[in-house]
Amino acid sequence: MEAIAENTAKVDNMIDTKKDVQNNSPESADLSNLETVGIPFSDNAKMSMRDVDVFYGDKQAIHGVGLDIGQNEVLAMIGPSGCGKSTFLRCLNRMNDTIDICKVTGSLQLEGQDIYDPKLDVVPLRARVGMVFQKPNPFPKSIYDNVAYGPRIHGLVSRRAELDEIVETSLQRAGLWNEVKDRLHAPGTGLSGGQQQRLCIARTIAVSPEVILMDEPCSALDPIATAKIEELIAELSENFTIAIVTHSMQQAARVSNRTAYFHLGKLVEVNETEKVFTNPDHSLTEAYITGRFG
Amino acid sequence: MASAPENQKTIELVNQNLAKRYRAEKRFRAYGIASIGFGLLCLLFLFTDIIGKGHTAFLTTYVKLNVELSTDALDIYDVNDPQQIAGADYQGVLKKALRERFPEVTGRRDKRALYGIVSSGAGFEIRTLIEQQPELLNTTLDLWVLADDDYDTYYKSRSSDEGAYTGRFNEKQISWIETLIADGAVEKRLNTTFFNAGDSREPEQAGIRGAIMGSLFTLLVTLALSFPIGVASAVYLEEYAKKNKFTDFIEVNINNLAAVPSIIFGLLGLAIFINFFEMPRSIPLVGGFVLTLMTLPTIIISSRAAIKAVPPSIREAAMGIGASKMQVILHHVLPLAMPGMLTGAIIGMAQALGETAPLLMIGMVAFIVDVPGSISDPSTVLPVQIFLWSDSPERAFVEKTSAAIMVLLGFLIIMNTLAVWLRKRLERRW
Ligand SMILES: Nc1ncnc2c1ncn2[C@@H]1O[C@H](COP(=O)(O)OP(=O)(O)O)[C@@H](O)[C@H]1O
Ligand SMILES: [Mg+2]
Repeated sequence: MEAIAENTAKVDNMIDTKKDVQNNSPESADLSNLETVGIPFSDNAKMSMRDVDVFYGDKQAIHGVGLDIGQNEVLAMIGPSGCGKSTFLRCLNRMNDTIDICKVTGSLQLEGQDIYDPKLDVVPLRARVGMVFQKPNPFPKSIYDNVAYGPRIHGLVSRRAELDEIVETSLQRAGLWNEVKDRLHAPGTGLSGGQQQRLCIARTIAVSPEVILMDEPCSALDPIATAKIEELIAELSENFTIAIVTHSMQQAARVSNRTAYFHLGKLVEVNETEKVFTNPDHSLTEAYITGRFG
Repeated sequence: MASAPENQKTIELVNQNLAKRYRAEKRFRAYGIASIGFGLLCLLFLFTDIIGKGHTAFLTTYVKLNVELSTDALDIYDVNDPQQIAGADYQGVLKKALRERFPEVTGRRDKRALYGIVSSGAGFEIRTLIEQQPELLNTTLDLWVLADDDYDTYYKSRSSDEGAYTGRFNEKQISWIETLIADGAVEKRLNTTFFNAGDSREPEQAGIRGAIMGSLFTLLVTLALSFPIGVASAVYLEEYAKKNKFTDFIEVNINNLAAVPSIIFGLLGLAIFINFFEMPRSIPLVGGFVLTLMTLPTIIISSRAAIKAVPPSIREAAMGIGASKMQVILHHVLPLAMPGMLTGAIIGMAQALGETAPLLMIGMVAFIVDVPGSISDPSTVLPVQIFLWSDSPERAFVEKTSAAIMVLLGFLIIMNTLAVWLRKRLERRW
C-alpha cells in the first residue's frame, strides 16, 4: 500500500513538471507566419525548391518550403515524426505521384528544370534522382539481378561484360562487393538487414543518378550496420548529391554538411550542421535538439 | 514499486489462472481436431461408398466360345477386299457358336435370348481381330468375347452377400450362364472399353473417353479465355483504375457474379452464343465460353487479392530507380502475384470441371457416341456423363456411374495437387 501511494505521488509530480514545460514550451509558439532562418539557399544548387506546398486531400502537410540542395552536398533533414520530412523528400523525385490524393504546388527544379512540368517524364527523372527507402527492399531476385535491374530497364548497356562491370563497381562503391562477390546469384533477400540496405544503395547508384534521396536509411539497422552506411554516405558524397532524412541527430551531425529542421510541415531552420547542433538560430530547433520534444 | 509479499501474491494469482488457461487452450485445440476429424470422416464415407460401388466397373465379363471363322459363314468371297472384311456378319458367327454350344435350345424366342449372352458389340471385336490377323479366317478357335451387361451384372454379383442379381433373367438364362461358369468359360477381364469408348446405350460398350475428351476441350477453352481476361481485369482494377463510384460498382458486381447460380450463366450462354450468334449446340467451344463467364469472377477476385498482397515496398523500389508503371507490373507485381493467381485459376478450373447445370442449357447433355476430336465436335463432359448414367435404367450403369465419379474425383485431386505444387514451387523463388 505504501508503495502505491509513493508511486502516485511521483506520477503527480511528473505531470506537474510536464505542465510547466508545456506552458513555456516552443510547441505553443505561433507558427502561422514563421520564416525560415539560416541559409536555406545555395549558390551552387543542384535542386532548388521554392514555396512548396503539399496537400493530402484537404490536409496540408508541407507549408511554403523554400530550400536548395547544393551540388555534392549532403543535406540532412530532421524533425519530429509526422512533420513532413518524408513527404518533402518524396516530392523530389515525384514518388508522391503514386498517392492519388497528394497534390504538390510551388516550384521544384533540378538544374533549372521544373520537375513537376506535366510534359516531363518521371522515368528519366527517377533515373537522375534515385531513392533509398527506410526499410531495405531488395527485389526477390539474385544480388546480381537486383543491381543490374536499373541498367537493364534503362538500356544503359548492350553487352553482358559491361553489365558485369556496372554491377561490380556499384557493389564496390556500396561497400558490399567483398561480402557478396562469391554469391552474386544468391537471393538478395537472404542478406542481413545492413547488407540488404547497402544492396539497395548499390542498386540505386548502378544507374548513376545525380541525386540520391534517403529516407531514414538506417532506422531498421543495428549500430554496426548503421556505421557502415554512414561511412558509405561520406564516400558517396564525392560523386553524388545526397538528401537524407534521419531521426538520429548524431547521424545528421556525422554525415551532413547542412541540416534542415522541419516542424509541423514548415521549414524552421537551415544551417551548417555544426551550427545547428551547437548554436541554432531558432528556439524550436534548440528545443528539438536538446530533446525537449521529438 | 511493489513490495515482495505483493509480488508473491501476483505470482500465485497467475498460477491459479494458468491451469484455467491451459484447459481453455486444450478445449480450443480439441474443437479444431474434432472439425477436421468430422471432415475426414465424411470424405472417408464418400470414398468408401463410391469405390465400393464403382471398382467393379473396371473389370468386365467375357465368355469363351468356340467360333468358326469360315468365310462362308461370314459371307466373304474375296478376302482381299477390305470392304467385305469390314462389312461381314461377325455377330452371325457368334450366334452360330452359341447355337452349337447350347444345341438343346430351340424356338425363336429362346434363341433370341441365347444370343443375348454376348454383347451386341462383340462382333466389332472380332472384326478388329480379323483385320489385324487375316490368317485366322477359315479357322475355328476359342475366342473370349464380351458378355452382355445383364450377364456381367449377374456374374459380378454372384459372389456377393445378397446373392446373384437375376433381374429380368428366367430359369433358362440362369442355367446357360451357370453352365458356362461351370465350364470355366466365363472370366472377368480389364475393362479397356470403359477407357477407350464413348457413350453407348449398352452398358458393356459404354466408355468414359468421350466425356473425358469433352471435359478436356471445354476446360482448355475456359482456361485459355478466363485466365488472361481475369488477370488483365485484375491488373487494370488494381493498378490503373481510379478509385471512384464506378469502380466500386464494378467491384460489387464482380462479387455478385461470383455468387450467381451457375444455371443462369447457362441461360445467358444459350441466349447469346446459341440463339444470337447461332453457334452449334453441344460443342466444347460454347461450353468453354459459358464456363469462362462463370469462372471469371473467381479468377478476378483471387488475382486481385494476389496483386494486393505484393508488398508496396517492392513497387516503390522499382519506381524509385525509374521503372515505368508497366515495368513495375510485368517485372515485379505479376511474378510475385503469380502463385496466388494460378491457385485461383486452378480452383476456378476445378469448379468448372465439376459444373453441370450451365452445360445442360447449351445442349452438352446430348447422347453422343463418338469421342470428340476438337473443340467444335459435339460432346458431353464428365459430370454430365455421370448425370446421364445415373439416370439410366440398366443395373450395370450403377457401377459405371460410380466409376465415372472416381475418374472425376481423380482429375480433381490431380488439379488441386497441381495447384499446391505450383504454389510451393513458384514461392520457393522467394
Ligand atoms: N499517404 C498519406 N495520406 C495522407 N496523409 C499522409 C500520407 N503520408 C503522410 N501523411 C501525413 O502527412 C504528414 C507528414 O508525414 P510524413 O512526411 O510521413 O512525416 P515524417 O516523415 O516527417 O515523419 C503526417 O501528418 C502524415 O499523417
Ligand atoms: Mg518519414
